[in-house]
Amino acid sequence: MKAFLSLSRALMVSNFRDRTWLFFTVLFPLMFLLLFGVLFKGGTAAHSTVLQVGPVRVLDSMTPAERAQLGRSLTVKRDDDLADALRRVRDGTDDGALQQSGSGQLLLHFSAGDQTRAATVQALVNAVVQQANQNATGRPPAWSLTTAQVEDRSTKPIQYLTPGLLGWAIATSGTFSAALTLVAWRRKRILRRLRLAPVGLAGVIAAPTAVTLLVALVQTAVFLAVATLPYYGLRLTGDWWLAVPLVLSGSLCFMSIGLLAGSFAKTENAAQSAAQLIVLPMAFLSGAFFPLDFAPGWVRGIAQVMPLHHLATAMQDVLSRGKGVDAALPTIGGLLAVAVVLCAVSLRLFRWDDA
Amino acid sequence: MTGDDNAAITADGLRKRYGAVQAVDGVSLSVRRGEFFGLLGPNGAGKTTTLEILEGLREPDEGTATLLGERPWPRNPRLLPRIGVQLQASAFFERLTAREQLATFASLYGVGLRRAEEMLARVGLTEFAGTQAEKLSGGQAQRLSIACALVHEPELVFLDEPTTGLDPQARRNLWDLLREINADGRTVVLTTHYLDEAEILCDRVAVMDHGRLLRTGAPAALIRELDAPTRISVPSGALSADEARTRLGKAVEVADDGVSLVLATRSPAPVLALLGERGALHGLEVRGGTLEDVFLHLTGRAFRE
Repeated sequence: MKAFLSLSRALMVSNFRDRTWLFFTVLFPLMFLLLFGVLFKGGTAAHSTVLQVGPVRVLDSMTPAERAQLGRSLTVKRDDDLADALRRVRDGTDDGALQQSGSGQLLLHFSAGDQTRAATVQALVNAVVQQANQNATGRPPAWSLTTAQVEDRSTKPIQYLTPGLLGWAIATSGTFSAALTLVAWRRKRILRRLRLAPVGLAGVIAAPTAVTLLVALVQTAVFLAVATLPYYGLRLTGDWWLAVPLVLSGSLCFMSIGLLAGSFAKTENAAQSAAQLIVLPMAFLSGAFFPLDFAPGWVRGIAQVMPLHHLATAMQDVLSRGKGVDAALPTIGGLLAVAVVLCAVSLRLFRWDDA
Repeated sequence: MTGDDNAAITADGLRKRYGAVQAVDGVSLSVRRGEFFGLLGPNGAGKTTTLEILEGLREPDEGTATLLGERPWPRNPRLLPRIGVQLQASAFFERLTAREQLATFASLYGVGLRRAEEMLARVGLTEFAGTQAEKLSGGQAQRLSIACALVHEPELVFLDEPTTGLDPQARRNLWDLLREINADGRTVVLTTHYLDEAEILCDRVAVMDHGRLLRTGAPAALIRELDAPTRISVPSGALSADEARTRLGKAVEVADDGVSLVLATRSPAPVLALLGERGALHGLEVRGGTLEDVFLHLTGRAFRE
């Protein structure tokens, strides 16, 4: 146990002093999340903002409940300076400016610069006015519409980007660390030296494993912290803590892949290339960077045998689709099964020495 | 098991073959406790494989090895804490400082940090404790790797070419350290390409080639056994080569390269008498055989590898 701890500490210190390692395992995937998150953000914005200029009774007389209901699609801000409000509408900062002219007249200023936004804001304000008219008659409406949201099958970018990129980050650090650590240790004769010390093979393999698991948890924490920032707007639902066992089993699975690659590779460079050849295509074919909804059937077929695909999908389920244990368990089981099989093969191939 | 409690190492008929190469071909040797033992031989002689079998890194095809009364193969956790092995200087964890390397190895053996500090001071690296191993000089790195091999106070120490690539100062410096280690009562097994080093440090050496031990014994005994001619040299001019030849006869080989007059003989007395008579003893140098002569005599002069 002491040997395991001191080896883990040595490896940890050695890793953290390696700027390249820090960059590629922590910063690089995070940069992708920050960048893709910004790039794909605009796609689903269906929210309008309207500036209220002066008193507008329709808006002022709303109950807090009505106001909250409205807030889902329309934000109302006060700006009593008409000239300023018009300028903001003109340059596209806000979608419309609403003022009351006379007792029953409302005037909505909008810009035709963006057709969609113009139509949306007009429809929204019109709905508010119609509602107010209906209320003014004092009679219950002849027809009323209630809406019921179905399970949202379409994925918002941040919903697939977070688990996909996180999965990719974990796959990279897991595969690389397992492949590289053992090859480097073998090449530098540290394995030989360890063999001459009273340390078991279990301790020697457990140390890089523990370090990689710890790194995976840190990556997860950082990713979730960034993705749930209001700017990116990932909402964690339900049993999102299931991401932790998912990440750990995924990390073990990718380490076993790296371990296998490391058993064959003779040099660090070869190990690095092998790991890259495994991880990068897997990331693309697993839909880590973009959803596979529109990919050809054969790509989706291949994705089915990619551990990363299952990890990313299961994480999406537990992080943002409100699913629970039954969505995560089969994936955890599958990932661990792959890890056990590949580890067993790697242990058979394990060499303390080059020769 | 051998019953000899006094033996640090007993090897009996070790053989190891790699494909067509018989790397070790019937090596038997014994090293007493507290002895400083040198294993010498040209590249490819089988030294490394012999050491690896003794250290328990390889299984011999035939024969048995016993270290401190224990079998090294298969990997023997009872034996491991009692032996220390210094590998090449590169067997360090990347980007760890000298102190961290030693502390890591110390805790692998369940040894406290204080002992690691002491060891660092012992090899003179205290002021480089915070330097990463990659940035140490060759001599410092060798001293660190020896410290890593000694941190758990092993009874038996294997050192594999510890002075290769060091400058003369660093070599002398390391010799002092190796002597101290041996003076502590530890058995030291050393391989080296420097025969002067072996001659100075080792109580006994074994010369090995083609997988076999050719000769084992104290360096001085091996040199005497060789019966090499004594080489006597004086500055040129004190005595002419022709005169030396006529006065000393066929028993003396005479050569003058313009700098020194060199007289090689197995009976140096008449030569020294002649030189004394001529008052030519100023700048006199007398050299007997060296371990290098023994080595070349035993292994030949052909290039290896």
